[in-house]
Amino acid sequence: MSVSAVALAAPRARPRTSAGVLPGFGLSTGFTILYLCVVVLVPLSTLALRASALSWADAWRIVASPRALASYRLSFGASFAAAGVNVVLGVLVAWVLARYRFPGRSLVDALVDLPFALPTAVSGIALTTVYSKNGWIGRLLEPLGIHAAFTPLGVGIALTFIGLPFVIRTVQPVLEDLDAELEEAAAVLGAGRWQTFRHVLLPVLVPAAVTGFALAFARALGEYGSVVFISGNMPLRTEIAPLLIMTRLEQYDYAGAAAIAVVLLGTSFLLLLAVNRLQAWTRTRAGLA
Amino acid sequence: MSDAVRTLSSPPEATFPPPAAREEASPPAPEAAPARLRARLRRPGEDPPAVRWTLTALALLFLAAFVLVPAAAVVSEALKDGVALWWRSFVDPDALAAIRLTLLVAAIAVPLNALFGLAAAWSITRFRYRGKSALVSLIDLPFGVSPVISGMVTILLFGAHGWLGPWLADHGVKVVFAVPGIVLATVFVTFPFVARELIPFMEAQGTEEEEAALVLGASGWQILRKVTLPNVKWSLLYGVILCNARAMGEFGAVSVVSGHIRGVTNTIPLHVEILYDEYRFRAAFAVASLLFVLAVVTLVAKKSLEWKQRPARREAALRSSP
Amino acid sequence: MSIEIRGLWKSFGSNTVLRDVSLDVPDGELVALLGPSGCGKTTLLRILAGLETVDAGEVRSGGEDISARSARDRNVGLVFQHYALFRHMTVAENVAFALRVRKRPREEVAARVDELLHLVQLDAYRDRHPQQLSGGQRQRVALARALATSPRILLLDEPFGALDARVRQELRRWLRRLHDELHVTSLFVTHDQEEAFEVADRVVLMNAGRIEQVGTPAQVFEDPASPFVMRFLGAVNVFQGHVDGDRAYVQDLEFAAPGSSGRSRAHVFVRPHELDVHKHSVPGSFAAQVDRLVPLGAAVRVELTAPGHGSAVEVELDLRKSEALALAPGDRVHLSPRRVRVFPAADDGDSLTASSL
Repeated sequence: MSVSAVALAAPRARPRTSAGVLPGFGLSTGFTILYLCVVVLVPLSTLALRASALSWADAWRIVASPRALASYRLSFGASFAAAGVNVVLGVLVAWVLARYRFPGRSLVDALVDLPFALPTAVSGIALTTVYSKNGWIGRLLEPLGIHAAFTPLGVGIALTFIGLPFVIRTVQPVLEDLDAELEEAAAVLGAGRWQTFRHVLLPVLVPAAVTGFALAFARALGEYGSVVFISGNMPLRTEIAPLLIMTRLEQYDYAGAAAIAVVLLGTSFLLLLAVNRLQAWTRTRAGLA
Repeated sequence: MSDAVRTLSSPPEATFPPPAAREEASPPAPEAAPARLRARLRRPGEDPPAVRWTLTALALLFLAAFVLVPAAAVVSEALKDGVALWWRSFVDPDALAAIRLTLLVAAIAVPLNALFGLAAAWSITRFRYRGKSALVSLIDLPFGVSPVISGMVTILLFGAHGWLGPWLADHGVKVVFAVPGIVLATVFVTFPFVARELIPFMEAQGTEEEEAALVLGASGWQILRKVTLPNVKWSLLYGVILCNARAMGEFGAVSVVSGHIRGVTNTIPLHVEILYDEYRFRAAFAVASLLFVLAVVTLVAKKSLEWKQRPARREAALRSSP
Repeated sequence: MSIEIRGLWKSFGSNTVLRDVSLDVPDGELVALLGPSGCGKTTLLRILAGLETVDAGEVRSGGEDISARSARDRNVGLVFQHYALFRHMTVAENVAFALRVRKRPREEVAARVDELLHLVQLDAYRDRHPQQLSGGQRQRVALARALATSPRILLLDEPFGALDARVRQELRRWLRRLHDELHVTSLFVTHDQEEAFEVADRVVLMNAGRIEQVGTPAQVFEDPASPFVMRFLGAVNVFQGHVDGDRAYVQDLEFAAPGSSGRSRAHVFVRPHELDVHKHSVPGSFAAQVDRLVPLGAAVRVELTAPGHGSAVEVELDLRKSEALALAPGDRVHLSPRRVRVFPAADDGDSLTASSL
């Protein structure tokens, strides 16, 4: 057939790459790297450069001012607490969703993703309305002496909302993929329900829960939109670190803003690295690595 | 001797009665088993009902307090004073300008990021080379960076006192506190979404179909058009929906670069903030309800996608198991 | 189109998968690449298709050097183990793909698709999607797709590996008949000896990146070139002994060992069906005791212990002979080999560990 003759007659001179035989390596990788440079690397490097424009003394004055320290305390503290609440209750929700059947389960499952899909400004005003003195839930908490809106507690509530999907969506697939045979083996060997949970299931859950914690924590640290409405933004009391950065920018103090940003980014980076280590350690303990 | 061989190859003495002698026994009725035996015989993976109900109640309470109630509040507050007032909040000129700007920003950022997502997924899942994990980490970077910081770096680069500031000023191009700045900040914050959807999916699918197409004589673009895109279309679509939802809803980053010039550089989320700060709660929630609908659409899309992808994921799992 | 491979080397990282591989496949022949997993046979096939690069060596087709040609330009047909059918296209569209990307006219494409679907007997399924077909049907579609542009070379990567035993049998016979009709130079990869023997004109035995032997099924079975080949192609008894000149000695037995020289330790290989069982001692036999009799349908496997010999000795008797002997566990008998194959011990040492049997 003439088909084969035509195909063989004109071999294409293509540079042979050891990366693979499919076409488009150069184009796709080149574009990807270019995009990443322009959109990520260059902007972030200006951050480092700007911060370095300050002298050490000035930088210290800004990042260690009482106002800044208060904002770190609030941001890290509330984020940690919120991520912690999310781990405990998130594992619970993941357990319930993965194992139990009840009417409306599908709807509840979809609801879990709402904090992730909902724009932060909308979450912000909704949470403020609900937890303020006259709000649907705030009204119930007032008589108990619990003030939610415009307090650090409010910040914590908002950060819990934001981090909710991260733990649940990390733990749920692990639970769903769990081999029923593991539990059956434990039962046949004589383990009770609680023992099975503690010795067979929990070790598998812990790495996933730690990952979820890290994701929720990281997200909460940088969160802005959902928090600024409910917090009230009172300096030294309910001012989160991102807002402090915003304030500096509005005063055209770029170097100062950059300095605080570097502190925030640097600490979250270190924390995430530590969590990564913790995660790897728990994985080897659980026999998954 | 021959008997010994023969006995070896025939079955041992039958311990159950030959077929003819066996009576036709019908299976016992389920109710015949004693009640306490039935109750105790629970499958190993099941929890006692008391535990189940308590845990479920706790989980639902948690979700209600933190998710359901705020969601319901949006709808309730938006429609509190009637549908007419709700509608009027949109036809307000500032609101319309905000809607237009949001749509414009999304129309630019989303296709750009979709293109990036496709290129990155193709490079990462179809080739072997060193430094791939570094690329993947870079792609995940925006998730670890506060949106305020993202907005700030845009200012540091393109602002009046930024790196490129003087050059831009000379050419009369305004980036920060103007629309281009908003687009750039949005691109930075939303670029991972499409890539993060495509990469695991294309990784799981494997390269066989593309290799088959190559051997059959297809060019790179033909492979992309005829083989790859039809296979990834649902993941791509969902990635685009996620990217779009984030682009339209981005608040922190845009807040930093926008300049908050009413009617000009306000997106929908910023407009919501302005209305709320002015105590115009009804209008704020009305405009916010638009974004709420967008979020619901995103969730629906996710559910449909999960449903559609089930056969493909099952096949990939089957092929990867020994 | 004939295939000539010269001195191929290929490594993945630190793992050398092909070592100095050379092979000639004449035009129109159906050749099986047979070997254990990891021996490099699939890599060799992919190199021929243009899906892997080589570190050294060249590939020629019909005398032309195609080593540098991209997979797209080689016009070979490739059938994957897991079919790799385009899941969103119908059967007809799959088969038409190669012609469509070459922008052939619509009528030509339609006619060719009809012809191919008729060839693989799937006319009725032309509008179905791959998910709606059985494994055997999918593989036939894959074959039709690969043949669309009448390639001069057809490559099949464990084509029946993912199918049930029964379907595998049918498709094997069918593939052989297809080849007899079309006479396309074909190379297929398998780890199943029976499959290779049933389908191929010649068999290429590979182990750890090297070609151990090339020959017809009868040749490689009767006259294995190395201990690996002997062990891979069926059960075998191995006796320790030594060679001296052209004679081999195992305990007090002596065999002719043509082709060997000097003195060295040696292994003497005997196939189970080439050991005769006698009730009494005969010249050239050795004593053994029956342990177990395993009925294998049309034959009987007898497991025996021979003094001075480590592992169990296996003898295969057909049903008639077995009944005539009327053996039982515990019987003392004498075994005499009808045919042996002698390999010096040095050859044998590594190949035992290399091949995963």
